Amino acid sequence: MRHLLSAKDLSRETAIEIMDTAEGMSEVAGRSVPRLPALRGKTVVSLFYEDSTRTRTSFELAAKMLSADVLTFSAKGSSVSKGESLKDTAQTLAAMGADAVVVRHAASGAPKLLADSGWIDAGVVNAGDGTHEHPTQALLDAFSIRRRIRSGDSTGTALDGVKVLIVGDILHSRVARSNIWLLNTLGAQVSLAAPATLLPRGIEHWPVKIHFDLDRALEEKPDAVMMLRIQSERMHAAYFPNPREYSRFWGLNDERLHGLSDDTLIMHPGPMNRGLEISAAAADSSRSTVREQVANGVSIRMAVLYLMLSGARRESQ
Amino acid sequence: MTRLLFRGATLSSGERTDILVSEGRILELGTGLNDAKAELVDTNGLLALTGLVDLHTHLREPGFEQSETVLSGSRAAAVGGYTVIHAMANTSPVADTAGVVEQVHSLGVEAGLVEVRPVGAVTAGLAGEALAEIGAMARSRAKVRVFSDDGRCVFNSQLMRRALEYVKSFDGVIAQHAQDPNLTEGAQMNEGALNSELGLAGWPAAAEEAIIARDVLLAGESGARLHVCHVSTAGSVDLLRWAKARGILVTAEATPHHLLLTEETARGYDSRFKVNPPLRTSEDVAALREGLRDGTIDAIATDHAPHPLESKETEWQAAAFGMVGLESALSVVHAAMVETGEFGWTQLEAVMSTQPAGIGRVEGHPLRIAAGEPAEIVFYDPEARSEFEASRLRGKSSNSPFFGMTLPGKVVATVHRGRLTVKDGEVVEPSDSKAENGMVTNG
Repeated sequence: MRHLLSAKDLSRETAIEIMDTAEGMSEVAGRSVPRLPALRGKTVVSLFYEDSTRTRTSFELAAKMLSADVLTFSAKGSSVSKGESLKDTAQTLAAMGADAVVVRHAASGAPKLLADSGWIDAGVVNAGDGTHEHPTQALLDAFSIRRRIRSGDSTGTALDGVKVLIVGDILHSRVARSNIWLLNTLGAQVSLAAPATLLPRGIEHWPVKIHFDLDRALEEKPDAVMMLRIQSERMHAAYFPNPREYSRFWGLNDERLHGLSDDTLIMHPGPMNRGLEISAAAADSSRSTVREQVANGVSIRMAVLYLMLSGARRESQ
Repeated sequence: MTRLLFRGATLSSGERTDILVSEGRILELGTGLNDAKAELVDTNGLLALTGLVDLHTHLREPGFEQSETVLSGSRAAAVGGYTVIHAMANTSPVADTAGVVEQVHSLGVEAGLVEVRPVGAVTAGLAGEALAEIGAMARSRAKVRVFSDDGRCVFNSQLMRRALEYVKSFDGVIAQHAQDPNLTEGAQMNEGALNSELGLAGWPAAAEEAIIARDVLLAGESGARLHVCHVSTAGSVDLLRWAKARGILVTAEATPHHLLLTEETARGYDSRFKVNPPLRTSEDVAALREGLRDGTIDAIATDHAPHPLESKETEWQAAAFGMVGLESALSVVHAAMVETGEFGWTQLEAVMSTQPAGIGRVEGHPLRIAAGEPAEIVFYDPEARSEFEASRLRGKSSNSPFFGMTLPGKVVATVHRGRLTVKDGEVVEPSDSKAENGMVTNG
């Protein structure tokens, strides 16, 4: 693997390989000294143009557990905020000898631009770009579903026949996009439930089933329900009348929680708006994978960095 | 002034002829012409078309001279086969007074390569609030006839109605950039399945079509002339067809890039393909070609929009909208319309020269290649074929979407006011030709 830019471009084999590698990585975290020497001498840069403490720390922890040197290049307090171009930043990082760059950017396509531009030779990991993709989130979500659903050894398996329902702001969600593509690649059936204002144009051409009624969607007994965060800036832009109505129609409230079968997973990429898209009881229920998703995120990111920096690149040299 | 004898060109009608040019005019047509005093130019195998006229050029001067100047844009125009260009008003200061349009006009005269006709702003400062000095610009030395807030839409319906009525007094035309600003806030590319996948905010067709629908109704009621800039959607073509059938005085232009490229080019996030209005679907491209063929669209306009490298070598969302087009226009229209069999050279000449000249009320037009007519001619090699490269550009900026594409044709020579402004594909500056001809400059 040279870069990880999108979930859409991931093959089924590669996705399974990443999850299987993550399975091994998850054992490292349980050790008294949670370190592998795999990436000793490698430099991983986390280049974050948007604040995201969760994703950034997850990647940095993953890199450290593999003994890589980690440089943090955050938008605040660096020349990035003074209008330095992506090109200049990339060339600076190249001069510092970065082996991998983990980039989070508000502009869709910025990681691809870095990977294609020739400004830097490092492997590029997309840690979320605009409203495009967030592939490691999709990988960790798929990994979390696989671990819960396939009790025992899940190595080598995909998600064939698993039903996943994604609820909420699909239009602005890179997490939803990455999940739709990856889950589909892994054989899962994806359904969406949202008001039409929060669904992208042309969605009818995507491999998904659309619901405008959350209760109807839940009647189809999904194996996992993924609730998306409603950003505060959407609340006043006429996507829906007000948060109360959104919550009533599209929120996973206690009533809907009680209607779920016992083994339905409740997922959320975080951070959650408790009481808006998800009730406190739903977020904290035993069916919720929210905290596992965080732990699995570190394992998946270890796997991605490992495969990128110690595997494919060495073979190509 | 020199006499020029062009040996063996083919007119758009297919007729073969020599062309003798003297004192800025075509003196004689016919085969086997001889003139001892004339400079001979071998044009065997070349097409002779009336000089191309662009209704939509951004020359960036005054204010943005790092992107383009009147002189550099004139060079780009000349090598593209143009003899008349219309310079858009979104400069700094904005071309909304007689002073600014006269300045641009004189810079054009000074450059001496094409006729530069300034476009006046419709509203003061392009702010969409009050009318610019339309009458003063019309009566100025620049004789402005085309008024446009291009880059911005005249969105206020009452103001648009008044502007249409007011320019009628000067036989002017409002060239509208049809874009509903509310529907396109933050928009980055065509709205459809692809923009959703790429995560780039969508630009709905309705944002263009709703404005065109409103404007043709206003033009119909006022009896004034409306020109629609850079039409990009199939729905817009339908609306224009409907309006023309009702006798509304509406004309429209399409750009070369909208005739050849589609939204698929956005996949690589290469911002050379970022343009306003955005590249659309292949169905839209087909509808534009059909509209051009059947006369619904009257003119090709380049929307030549130069930008410095740093405005394009960046994230798609941060990049500037626009592409340069003067140097590639004729080859692109050749590829999109002639090679595909949509139409022939007479129609190409109409949409790239005669009809845009009529819309802009260019003096002396419509032109023909005939004895006694002004010598405004482009000689084009239709058999040439090459990969389009940066070396073909003569403007200051290099934001062309056509690099790497194999395009037909090549402009070999351009004649403006009886003088070769382009010879063997290279610009001939006025000073060069004087030196070459050993002429003495008087005044």
